[in-house]
Amino acid sequence: MWTWFHRLASPPTFYRLADRFAPWFGIAAAGLLGYGIVGGLFFAPADYQQSDAFRIIYIHVPAAALSLSIYMLMATAGAVAVIWRIKLAECVLVSAAPVGASFTALALVTGMLWGKPMWGAYWVWDARLTAELILLFLYVGVIGLNQAIEDPRAAARACGLLALIGVINVPIVHYSVEWWNSLHQGSTILKMGKPNMNAEMARPLYACLLGVYFFMGYVLLRRTQNELLLRESGTAWVKERLESSNV
Amino acid sequence: MIGLFNAVLRRELRLAAAAKTEWLMPLFFYVIVVTLFGLGAKPNDPQLAEFAPAILWVGALLAALLTLERLFRTDYEDGTLEQIFLGTQPVTLVVAAKLSAHWLLTGLPLALLAAPLSAALGFSSAAIPALVAGLALGTPVLTLIGGFASALTVGLPRAGVLLPLLVLPLVTPIVIFGAGAARVAQSGLDASAPLYFLAAILVLGLTLLPWATAAALRNAFE
Repeated sequence: MWTWFHRLASPPTFYRLADRFAPWFGIAAAGLLGYGIVGGLFFAPADYQQSDAFRIIYIHVPAAALSLSIYMLMATAGAVAVIWRIKLAECVLVSAAPVGASFTALALVTGMLWGKPMWGAYWVWDARLTAELILLFLYVGVIGLNQAIEDPRAAARACGLLALIGVINVPIVHYSVEWWNSLHQGSTILKMGKPNMNAEMARPLYACLLGVYFFMGYVLLRRTQNELLLRESGTAWVKERLESSNV
Repeated sequence: MIGLFNAVLRRELRLAAAAKTEWLMPLFFYVIVVTLFGLGAKPNDPQLAEFAPAILWVGALLAALLTLERLFRTDYEDGTLEQIFLGTQPVTLVVAAKLSAHWLLTGLPLALLAAPLSAALGFSSAAIPALVAGLALGTPVLTLIGGFASALTVGLPRAGVLLPLLVLPLVTPIVIFGAGAARVAQSGLDASAPLYFLAAILVLGLTLLPWATAAALRNAFE
């Protein structure tokens, strides 16, 4: 099994595997997101209290879920990059940061648009909002650090260390702001027992959640491939690939 | 081990004694920032007292940020740091000694200076112990996180703008608990709970960050 891991971590093998899997991830993401968004925006029944305004949940919740998941993924890649110095992990780490930052920004913007009709204000100093905002700053720090250091390998390892310290900090930030102030509604979907949501409403949401994870897989595979090509330009396998694809 | 720690600590303090402006300037900066807050409000505005915890904490943060860039930079530029890495002594211990010296020269004076400054903002004098205790527990965390960030950016020409961006999101919990302790004490309640949280964060930082800082410095050399 370990040799299999080693082979996977070698850039040409990963590149070939990514080429095989990425299209399927893309198709799955398009299908699930298409069903989820159309079903959520047009066919799901309106909420009895929030009426049609609740429909932003189909964008907001998946984006917020991804913002945290990508940070965890980035920190894991960071740990692998710092401890075992695997080049592939460095590429994953570096290509995950801008994706995570975009989804965090999307979650914040949709949250603000949802907050205006529901709470009467675009921004309130609420625990979840504040924690999400700080997460965005953490992402921006990683992106900035990566761009400031010239040597790409040293940059990626520095970002890995920062992501590791950041991931220890995330729960501390979460609970400190939670005790400081909370107004946000509780989680609707991650609850044991009787669901808080009508099945007609929930099905598109689950589709969106799953779809957005496939989308993340697609984007990360493609970005990591680009990063690998950039860093490995000049090696034999990149030349071979360029010749075989007639660019 | 303790000998090495003491030797590095003594070296840092002697260097500071030779260049007094370097560690006195942040203190003056702190006084000026707080004064400007006073000037930005109405004359003798009673509401300043309510905002005093936030003003004093953010002022201390900004003053400490000023000193971070130079924490490892001079040693990096004149080759001292490289010698430390070439030697057989544990680098983490050297880093810990340097961070301790940094706290003694910036964090501790800033925490003590907050007491007279808080009086200028009309902060209730009964709550000053909680404010100073919070700063005394929070500024070492600031030094640890700041030391880690400055190790990540050591040797970078544009570290100046990047450093605050790396440090400030990481220190939000200590601002919440630290200013929270001062606010709780000002309203006459027991401030020990947020102070215990600050102490817990400090212990966590002490157990992790010197090692992470040493790893970040080593990364800068490769």
